[in-house]
Amino acid sequence: MEYVAIILTNILINNFIVSRFLGICPFLGVSKQIETATGMGIAVTFVMTVASAVTWATERFVLATMGLEYLQTVIFILVIAALVQFVEMVILKTSPTLYQALGVYLPLITTNCAILGVAVINVQEFYNFGQSIVSGFSAGLGFTLAIILFAGIRERLELADIPESLEGFPIALISAGLMSVAFFGFQGLFSAFLS
Amino acid sequence: MRMWQVFKNGVLDENPTFKLVLGMCPTLAVTTAAANGVWMGLAVIFVLTMSNLVVSLIRDFIPDKIRIPCYVVVIASFVTIVDLLLKAYQPEMHAKLGIFIPLIVVNCIILARAEAFASKNPVLPSIVDGLGMGVGFTVALTLLGCIRELLGAGTVFGIQVLPAAFEPAIIMILPPGAFLTLGFLLGFFNWAGKRAKQLS
Amino acid sequence: MVKLDNLVVSSSPHLRSGEDVEKMMWHVNLALLPAVVLSVYYFGFRALAIIVFSIAAAVATEAIIQKATGKDIYIADGSAVVTGLLLGMNMPVHVPLWLPVVGSVFAIAVVKEAFGGLGSNFINPALAARAVLLAAWPVHMTSYAVPFVDGATHATPLSILSGAAQGELPSYLDLFLGNVGGVIGETSALALLVGGIYLLVKGVIDWRTPVGFLGTVFVLSWIFGGNAGLFTGDPLYHLLAGGLMLGAFFMATDYVTSPVTKTGRLLMGIGAGAITVMIRLWGGYPEGVSYAILLMNVATPLIDRYTVPRVYGTARKQLARR
Repeated sequence: MEYVAIILTNILINNFIVSRFLGICPFLGVSKQIETATGMGIAVTFVMTVASAVTWATERFVLATMGLEYLQTVIFILVIAALVQFVEMVILKTSPTLYQALGVYLPLITTNCAILGVAVINVQEFYNFGQSIVSGFSAGLGFTLAIILFAGIRERLELADIPESLEGFPIALISAGLMSVAFFGFQGLFSAFLS
Repeated sequence: MRMWQVFKNGVLDENPTFKLVLGMCPTLAVTTAAANGVWMGLAVIFVLTMSNLVVSLIRDFIPDKIRIPCYVVVIASFVTIVDLLLKAYQPEMHAKLGIFIPLIVVNCIILARAEAFASKNPVLPSIVDGLGMGVGFTVALTLLGCIRELLGAGTVFGIQVLPAAFEPAIIMILPPGAFLTLGFLLGFFNWAGKRAKQLS
Repeated sequence: MVKLDNLVVSSSPHLRSGEDVEKMMWHVNLALLPAVVLSVYYFGFRALAIIVFSIAAAVATEAIIQKATGKDIYIADGSAVVTGLLLGMNMPVHVPLWLPVVGSVFAIAVVKEAFGGLGSNFINPALAARAVLLAAWPVHMTSYAVPFVDGATHATPLSILSGAAQGELPSYLDLFLGNVGGVIGETSALALLVGGIYLLVKGVIDWRTPVGFLGTVFVLSWIFGGNAGLFTGDPLYHLLAGGLMLGAFFMATDYVTSPVTKTGRLLMGIGAGAITVMIRLWGGYPEGVSYAILLMNVATPLIDRYTVPRVYGTARKQLARR
């Protein structure tokens, strides 16, 4: 049941983007087309899942055992940066097709605050190993859902006669705001079962 | 004179929030009140200035290939310092800003200034650039925080401004309020910029 | 020799039905009239005042913005009236009169005109404004009144059904006629059905969306709605209560913000129905019709994209590769 709660919270109830504001930069930057948004979403989901597992192990076996919790930020960001590099290399060696699809997004992911964000949240919520992985994976799915929906809207806006001053970022932010209003509908969903 | 140019560039011409549209996560997330915006801004000023200083100092020693990881370590160290300082002296604010303090590490502005400015310039201009960008960021967050707090709670910095008859629109301090306020502010600055150009 | 002057070269459509946006919008306004009349009958003239304020603010905002941006002022197309009317009908009768005004200004200025006006907005203006008002002033927006009783607020049938409020459930007949608590325009299923059928007969709306919407709510609330196990729910009650009829016939069918393909329209109805039941049975609100439609609005560009009909004569595989 805890797993279901984590999944529903991360995807619908407290979506990483529209209600927690994690990962806004790629959300605004890589959402002009559905294809690229999908690619970014898959890449982020993949890295988030792996990063959740690795940072959990780092916290548990390195930082906690050595009493170095105050170095969390420094160590986590290094681990994530190294991980992204490693994933990039592995994909390049094993599957050039996959690399072509995801490669361009990987360098951008290190500075995606959703990745470090989910790692820190996992620690704050005292998730165990399994919960951390589920949390990372579902946060990635929440990100993917939001960015694909948003890309659909933005493709549609290409055809709209938007007032000049609002073109670009302003209208994107306003659209995201209205989308976030729609997501209010998921507030309190299944709370009777999950609490 | 040049220093003033560098500073002004950060605050106005290349304002990180309104012109470069960088560092959106904290901008949207913590601006539910004006005071939150100020403290977030102060934290970023500190990290940005110090990391620019150190990056500028070590710019000739670090090999080009591993410069980005080096910058990240420098930035992360100062973020940790800010995190611990706030926790010790401003525990309430530390709790309010929450996860967005450690996330200053991945605030694109800081890495962008290290890479684009501090790694190519001497120490003094780098410090000024950090200060300018940091102040620009702080001004933007405070402005956003003021507007959202005013409409969403009727107060600014916790002081009642609007008459009691005004019924606050709670949505302004909820997530949609952040997106909508920033969207229309950016639109307004676009419009005002064009207007100013036309007039001159 | 054919006289070349008689040959007109133009792009499609070449056959026109004489129906245009303007006529469609006035059909919608006309179809809403029975519900408006009943709302005044049940809730008194304050209901009318809310609707008038809401429409006036919507039309005025539209005119001011069109003037300010240098477009042709074209408020007579009736679309601003529809938005104002729907928003007014979505409010409880005791809201202060500035609320419909703020809502209409938001609906027209932010949701519609900021995106370029009629045809460009991606989300239903009236519903988005209602959701914003609900989040901004929750107390005003959820103080529902009972018909014929002044000043008293009352639980809606759905909030009693979900256990969020105490009270006796009204009879089916009262629900059908509209003699129950709720926002002013949603209570009478009968009046809304009359209007909805008028729109269907006139061909203004496609049957797929309302049928998909109502059908899904019927089936899912029957399966999951009961406390005694699966298939013990009361689907008829779920059909008649809340804003379902208003949403299914008048708001989920909005041309601008719902899919254009036939399959897409059916999907719009089914999706909205499923989300509605999910929110009603397990969500944080007693009613989910508005949010369900808004969420499907958000998904509409994707639905349209993936339900493009196969071009006649092309192989199926080509579509799959798109």
